[in-house]
Amino acid sequence: MKIHEYQAKEILREFGVATPRGIVCFSVDQAVAAASKLGGSVWAVKAQIHAGGRGKGGGVKVARSLDEVRQLAAKILGMTLVTHQTGAQGQVVRRLLLEQGADIKKELYIGMVVDRSSQRVCLMASSEGGMDIEQVAASTPEKIHKVLIDPLAGLADQDADDIARKIGVAESAVTETRALLQNLYRAFDNTDASLVEINPLILTADDHVLALDAKMNFDDNALFRHPEIAALRDLDEEDPAEIEASKYDLSYISLDGNIGCLVNGAGLAMATMDIIKLYGGSPANFLDVGGGATAEKVAEAFKLMLRNPKLQAILVNIFGGIMKCDVIAEGVVAAAREVQLSVPLVVRLEGTNVDLGKKILAESGLPIISASNMADAAEKAVTAARGV
Amino acid sequence: MAILIDKNTRVMTQGITGKTGQFHTRMCRDYANGKNCFVAGVNPKKPGEDFEGIPIYATVKEAKQASGATVSVIYVPPPFAAAAIDEAVEAELDLVICITEGIPVRDMLRTRYKMQGRKTRLIGPNCPGIITPDEIKIGIMPGHIHKKGRIGVVSRSGTLTYEAVAQLMEQGLGQSTCIGIGGDPVNGLKHLDVMQLFNNDDATDAVVMVGEIGGSDEEDCARWVRDNMQKPVVGFIAGVTAPAGKRMGHAGAIISGGKGTAQEKLAVMEECGIKVTRNPAEMGKLLKSVLR
Repeated sequence: MKIHEYQAKEILREFGVATPRGIVCFSVDQAVAAASKLGGSVWAVKAQIHAGGRGKGGGVKVARSLDEVRQLAAKILGMTLVTHQTGAQGQVVRRLLLEQGADIKKELYIGMVVDRSSQRVCLMASSEGGMDIEQVAASTPEKIHKVLIDPLAGLADQDADDIARKIGVAESAVTETRALLQNLYRAFDNTDASLVEINPLILTADDHVLALDAKMNFDDNALFRHPEIAALRDLDEEDPAEIEASKYDLSYISLDGNIGCLVNGAGLAMATMDIIKLYGGSPANFLDVGGGATAEKVAEAFKLMLRNPKLQAILVNIFGGIMKCDVIAEGVVAAAREVQLSVPLVVRLEGTNVDLGKKILAESGLPIISASNMADAAEKAVTAARGV
Repeated sequence: MAILIDKNTRVMTQGITGKTGQFHTRMCRDYANGKNCFVAGVNPKKPGEDFEGIPIYATVKEAKQASGATVSVIYVPPPFAAAAIDEAVEAELDLVICITEGIPVRDMLRTRYKMQGRKTRLIGPNCPGIITPDEIKIGIMPGHIHKKGRIGVVSRSGTLTYEAVAQLMEQGLGQSTCIGIGGDPVNGLKHLDVMQLFNNDDATDAVVMVGEIGGSDEEDCARWVRDNMQKPVVGFIAGVTAPAGKRMGHAGAIISGGKGTAQEKLAVMEECGIKVTRNPAEMGKLLKSVLR
């Protein structure tokens, strides 16, 4: 799960990580009031959307007067921000973070993620913060410093100090940086985060460290023990179809194509998308109905796919294991009747009770196109989607 | 021989009294030699009881001592599953197969850390399990689609593994052992570990390796295959069409920072001498074509 920058900063402050003072705003008037409350003469007006690349997209500006705060807030609130992470359709800005301006001497980068190969949390740090860190990692990998963190002992003093020095923190601020890094790891660990990124971490003119930006993602599997974090979910930032899917415990992701896929199992679902592409078509979605698919779930899955105006065909690919093909077939037939299916439906069944399943489909009287294997199914779905 | 398990393996079930545990224990017991293999269950609240004749013990240690089981399969719900693995490791079992889906990564990081230097091997979590056809199945895969033979199968996914098996069967090829290593980012045996076992197994002639986007396990395995493998390997990677930054059902199936793409994995596998197909309907045919 993703949260906004201002929410991440609130969490980090609870763990003792220094951040600029800021106030979240939902209107222009609130933004002006927040600026005068914060005081000073320089403010950052920051669009709050979940995607990165906000600065480059024009969603982060510096204001030097209350008038300018008003102008910028009016401009940014409600704008559709397009960044490399939002896709071409962009994301509407509904919240602003009004922050006290900071006196930046140097911009650094700090990130923490779970490293799969070492099975540890990896702390990454660089002196080259504030810019595209992926670019830095690609062109000058020696400028990214890494430490693997012991899950029981936490981030060691020595490791934290080494990192601080390697990224160019002044000697007088090493102890302060150590505390920041250790607090950051405590925040990561205690909240079941899957990613924490501070880009930039700044060195101020008077040699203090401050988290100028903050990004936190969380492990969905652990949200059950963090209701306070689950409550931060912002549905405006999510695809309505994916929200609807999650209500029925369906794993659904919208894609650009026109062939809807309904599959059991994530790996087979991806492979089904791949084979559609291989045969010249384009998948409209990823959809895993899981192992325990019921007729109701299948019906909901059909409704979800049919909300997509681009949909030209549906491909159902089920490998019945514990889940029996006849049960799935009954679900498909019931769903197709209930939603009054308007696009061609190709069904490929394999596995337990496959013959019974095929019989149910054939005797349903519905115009279901039966396929004998994955390749056959993909070919038929691609042809059907072309309308020939 | 097959790898890791055979008809002489003795298994305990952790979480035997839950709905999932009961259902799959029954299915596993009814498969091949299962009646002799599934000898114990664990539930701290129900020691002394039994599940359809399979005795239940309070702890893994007691179950091991009383039944002689050296392997466990876990169906415990996600909040408690990592602790169940820890208990099995503590009791020095040989192999633990964790079927449970949805274990927090933080729990698995700690569990894997504690497993360092211990003898126990882990398959999963979030996996279908392992089967040595016509001898024993431990997990949730449909037993009847398999047949004893000489092809090894290793995969991260469940139904895509079944798909590979069905395609082998269409070619008349049975399997030595099939393992689903699971779709989580922090897990036990990797493709590489399983590949080593297949390489050393007299009963395996060739291996189907099925991977998916995310991480670098498939690449690591491919490099090992290039330098060490004595048997033909064919492969498929799911997720060529998956967009970056989106989690494709499995917690581990995500392309992040441009890393872990299917194209990259397929390219490395090819460079390392693994025959790959970009068509998931042709895994069986491809394997047949490389048999000597």
